[in-house]
Amino acid sequence: MPDLSGYRFTPTHEWVHRHGDTATIGISDHAQAQLGDVIFLDLPAVGAQLRAGERFGAIESVKAASDLYAPVSGTVSEFNATLTDAPERVNSSPYEEGWLLRLDGVTEGDVELVDEATYLTRTEE
Amino acid sequence: MAPVREDSAVRASRGDLRRGSAMLRSGREERVPSQRSMAARTPLHARHVSAQAVMVEFAGYEMPLRYSSIRDEHVAVRTRAGLFDLSHMGEVRLRGAGAEATVQRLVANDVAALPTGRALYTVICNEAGGIIDDWIVYRVEDGFLLVVNAARRQADLEWMQSHLLPSTQLVDESDETALLAIQGPAAIAIVQTLADCELAVLRPFASRLGKVAGVACRISRTGYTGEDGVELYCGADPAPLLWDALLEAGAGHGLLPAGLGARDTLRLEAGLRLYGQDMDEGVDPYSCGLGWTVRLGKGEFIGAARLRELDPENPPRRFVGLALGPRQIPRHGMTVRSAGAAVGEVTSGGFSFSLGHGIATAYVEPHLGAAPLSIDLHGETVPAHHVPLPFFRREQPPRRRGD
Repeated sequence: MPDLSGYRFTPTHEWVHRHGDTATIGISDHAQAQLGDVIFLDLPAVGAQLRAGERFGAIESVKAASDLYAPVSGTVSEFNATLTDAPERVNSSPYEEGWLLRLDGVTEGDVELVDEATYLTRTEE
Repeated sequence: MAPVREDSAVRASRGDLRRGSAMLRSGREERVPSQRSMAARTPLHARHVSAQAVMVEFAGYEMPLRYSSIRDEHVAVRTRAGLFDLSHMGEVRLRGAGAEATVQRLVANDVAALPTGRALYTVICNEAGGIIDDWIVYRVEDGFLLVVNAARRQADLEWMQSHLLPSTQLVDESDETALLAIQGPAAIAIVQTLADCELAVLRPFASRLGKVAGVACRISRTGYTGEDGVELYCGADPAPLLWDALLEAGAGHGLLPAGLGARDTLRLEAGLRLYGQDMDEGVDPYSCGLGWTVRLGKGEFIGAARLRELDPENPPRRFVGLALGPRQIPRHGMTVRSAGAAVGEVTSGGFSFSLGHGIATAYVEPHLGAAPLSIDLHGETVPAHHVPLPFFRREQPPRRRGD
């Protein structure tokens, strides 16, 4: 299990890992388990502006199409191009190889971000 | 043949991840069998739990949705083999002097020339020609074995009871019977290592009694995946022993246990209908593309009078296969359009792991000809190419001399 001490989670099951004013975002292990096999992702291009709490893309699994919501605001500096050919990495490694986007110029908005322990408690409610 | 109503275990809709998780939350709770669930269990339930399968309620049973990933299980069946627990399916026996006439009255297909051990696929219609269920019917040594959809079992039993002819005994053996399916190109070789009889000589839709891993079974060359393989009907008690023996014998062949998720993606690729989703009492067999199962010349049966009034070539609706792009996944209930006008609805849809793009079946209006079709996909209208069913057909092995 990766060290998730720097990861924080949204109520909509995304995670964000900040490094100063940059950040990496993805979806939680709980979310990938619920969705089942990921078939493809719709992710924004480099340079796109994300606003905390707003939809930035979609993830399509065997089970469902789900919208993705930005945990923080920022500018897309990189998207995980390996997911084009290997979307199953979101299932097998949601916190490492299955990351979705890297952002620059990160600021936090109105989205409540909690640590893993709190998040896990809430998913079990 | 099919699982049923509450339909596709991988039924989908659109939402955010929160909604996605709510949709499956019940499945998650059932991984640790919940006190709340009133669902029935198959004789293999403990095997599924110890394999840490994701369990879902389906047709009143706690069933495995997947053991690992639906994709891996799907690919295993297409390239090697998969093992399914289908013990939720219903098994009903009809015996006695009136059994054959009763079957003939109930089903649209014709069992008159069906040899002992052989099976056929058929629809069961009501007086209005609507489909009540679809069955596999075997002629067996002492009568008939009817394999019915789990969610239709009670309705079917009441229907059968009300149409039994004299000198006919009906016995519902569903609870005492387990059904294991081994499907895929390596399936026959795997089961052969445990069987006391030669399986290669069994033709498609043939069956025989035999022992597999010492367990008395009806061994049937049938399935619901579009692959070669067998289905094994055995008693509930020895079923776990048979399950373990098959997994062990298949380990070297890459056999994986496979759940209802892969069963659904496999059957959709193979163009096989799912009762409750692709057809129901509001659909006649011709509209559903199952006219080949209707034998109007065999004599009277329930629904025949109404079916004679229909033109098999011009049914009220048309059941079609639609192919979409690699990043377009159609889902049940989506609208099908022609030149902007709504002309139909998707019944089953999903991603084809074998073909690498979205596929769907749909009912559309009958007189569209070759007009281009499209599907409303998350607010966009995307082209949907009309393709023949099945979407996927396995390569036939070369015929052996003497076949």
